[in-house]
Amino acid sequence: MTMSEGELAVTELRFVRGEAIAPRPPPAAMTGAFAWMRANLLSTPFNVALTILLVLLLAWVVPEIVKFLLVDAVWSGTDRDACREIVQHRPIGACWPFVWERLSYFVYGSYPIEERWRVDLFFAMLAFGVGWLLWLEAPRRGLGAIYFFLVLPVCSFVLLHGLPAIGLPLVDTVLWGGVLVTIVVAAVGIVASLPLGILLALGRRSSMPTVNLLSTIFIEFVRGVPLITVLFMASVMLPLFVPQQYEPDKLLRALIGIALFASAYMAEVVRAGLQAIPRGQFEGSMALGLGYWQSMQLVILPQALRITIPNIVNTYIGLFKDTTLVFIVGIFDFLRTVEVARIDPKWATPVTSTTGYAVAAMFYLAFCYGMSRYARAMELRLARAGRH
Amino acid sequence: MSAEHSARQPRVALYNDPRVRSIAYQAGLAAAVGFLVYSAASNAIDNLERAHITSGFGFWNTTAGFDISQTLISYDSQASTYGRAFWVGLLNTLLVAGLGIVFATILGFVIGISRLSKNWLLAKAAGGYVETIRNLPLLLQLLFWYNAVLKSLPDTRDSLVSPGGAYLNNRGLFLPAPQFLYGFDAVAAAIVVGAVAAVAFAIWARRRQQRTGKRPPVWSIVMALVIGPPLMVFVLKGFPLAFDYPQAGRFNITGGVEVLPEFAALLFGLSIYTAAFIAEVVRAGILAVSHGQIEAAYSLGLKPRPTLRLIVVPQAMRVIIPPLTSQYLNLTKNSTLAVAIGYPDLVQIFTGTVLNQTGQAVTIVAVTMAVYLTISLVTSLLMNIYNRRVALVER
Repeated sequence: MTMSEGELAVTELRFVRGEAIAPRPPPAAMTGAFAWMRANLLSTPFNVALTILLVLLLAWVVPEIVKFLLVDAVWSGTDRDACREIVQHRPIGACWPFVWERLSYFVYGSYPIEERWRVDLFFAMLAFGVGWLLWLEAPRRGLGAIYFFLVLPVCSFVLLHGLPAIGLPLVDTVLWGGVLVTIVVAAVGIVASLPLGILLALGRRSSMPTVNLLSTIFIEFVRGVPLITVLFMASVMLPLFVPQQYEPDKLLRALIGIALFASAYMAEVVRAGLQAIPRGQFEGSMALGLGYWQSMQLVILPQALRITIPNIVNTYIGLFKDTTLVFIVGIFDFLRTVEVARIDPKWATPVTSTTGYAVAAMFYLAFCYGMSRYARAMELRLARAGRH
Repeated sequence: MSAEHSARQPRVALYNDPRVRSIAYQAGLAAAVGFLVYSAASNAIDNLERAHITSGFGFWNTTAGFDISQTLISYDSQASTYGRAFWVGLLNTLLVAGLGIVFATILGFVIGISRLSKNWLLAKAAGGYVETIRNLPLLLQLLFWYNAVLKSLPDTRDSLVSPGGAYLNNRGLFLPAPQFLYGFDAVAAAIVVGAVAAVAFAIWARRRQQRTGKRPPVWSIVMALVIGPPLMVFVLKGFPLAFDYPQAGRFNITGGVEVLPEFAALLFGLSIYTAAFIAEVVRAGILAVSHGQIEAAYSLGLKPRPTLRLIVVPQAMRVIIPPLTSQYLNLTKNSTLAVAIGYPDLVQIFTGTVLNQTGQAVTIVAVTMAVYLTISLVTSLLMNIYNRRVALVER
């Protein structure tokens, strides 16, 4: 049987489309905000219930906070009558005039008013040093480290405590207070704990039994006891341990306690970094003829510290929060000044305490959150650097 | 051969010999530390003599003469000794730390798992909680709970009354106190018997499952064993339990169990603060279980719930336990912040009041430190034992 023309024409009829159809938009329920909500908020009955519950909770809490801090807040006034519901006949939120009036006390404590420029200068110098060290592309960062760890401590001491020889009258540390003390305690902890911590970490990894044993005992002892007991030891036992004529200043005692406590924690952080460096690095530097200190300084520590930066910053966050504990041994740090100001009868209202604590919370949150963001950014940077 | 070898070695000056150097360094360090300790001790002896304080434990059996607001063991300000006050303080510390650990663990696990939830809102809310709480000093949080929240509750006359007969005011929380009547010991015995039977059944069920692959409904039977017998005895004995309800007076509330506001604030603060850290530990632990494990479990035919119970949780726990331990220790150490809000813990009673009354700084600070060191060491020891048992599962 032969194929006719007509049959050929039939086979030439194609049942496959020659050109692609334009893609149709996905069903409305699968894209956009609605689909996102379905996938992320309402995927199962349990999730629907959770979402509703959370929305209700947030709808209750967030407006309350906004109302307290902004809407119902009192913005001006001279004494407690401005912030009392009975006097004002309206719901009262945060009492900001109390904060304005006490702001200089919160920052400087009882530091003499005519000398407060010294504190401002100290803050500026510190901010400059911190900026220099944190900004990774800054020029001469080595010089920055020398400035931060050597020049700054000496200058700050002269500036804040005073040196009559160059015309700066002495300011007793009992007068120091507020943010100044918080920053001083944190800065001393930060500046002292890193070198001490590195030494202790090296000591704990040392092959010399005496060095190893003493470092280990110190680290484990300090890490095993609460900071408060260390501060108590520094404030009640330290005066007993030195000859009577050298009785150390109250703030200095707390600073010693904080520095020792922080360096024990720092030692463990640095030790973790040292352990991550392969032994070959040390052997390589030995083969080059470098001695112990040279190889540590030039080969091991630069690598170990770089990978430890996020953990070091996290330790600093803990240290910054722990500065509040000097409160308990009678030093007027920022939290203590808030605590003193809030019980002042001049501003005694039901909202004063909450206002004071809100200010303190914003202060600590800003510092600690900033530091934790920095640590996170460093971690990501290290992870990127490690990939290639 | 060896003589020839040593002869060929260059002669090293004595001060360049690493062994000699090492010994010299160590001797120097030991001498420096020894000198520090010696001078500190001799100064301390001088200073104490000048202040007419005889160091030692002589004060331990002297009458204390001060009151303590919360005592778990009998304590009387006129008759009890400083030693007794020490034990009262230690028990108060252990009470708040123990309860804090329980609450912080529950809250921390819930928040840590929430942070990994597919529910966007829940994950973000948990993240916000962790970031806020972790970045605020614990002391600030305690002061806030105590001074701004609990102290601003209504006073005794306008107490909040809950349906169960509990009162809440700025003096504390007053709960009905259970009174165990005659015959309650039988119920207690039934609780013990039920618990033992439940544990025995669980072990037997596990062995049987490993031998035959058959799994009885363990959960429901265990629950029945734990709840059933005590309930039955309780009914048979004629409900041998009564409650001592708090009575509101004009100025005070009498009867019932009193929960001090200091205790509540400390427990609240510690649990909420530590929970944020535990949440991060839990999250890291769960993320550490590689996704391949879950996929492998699914391909073996396990459902999501058994996968979680048998595959994810056991492996995550191995990562979670060590940092969890250090969080528990942190909580215990942080409970010393009680001193700031006046909860009578070990530091507040012993390093505070007793030290002020006796002036025995050296002994008292040393004893306090020794207590916390012991707690730390014992906890790490127990956790290391547990950790070793869990770690053995590894190939």
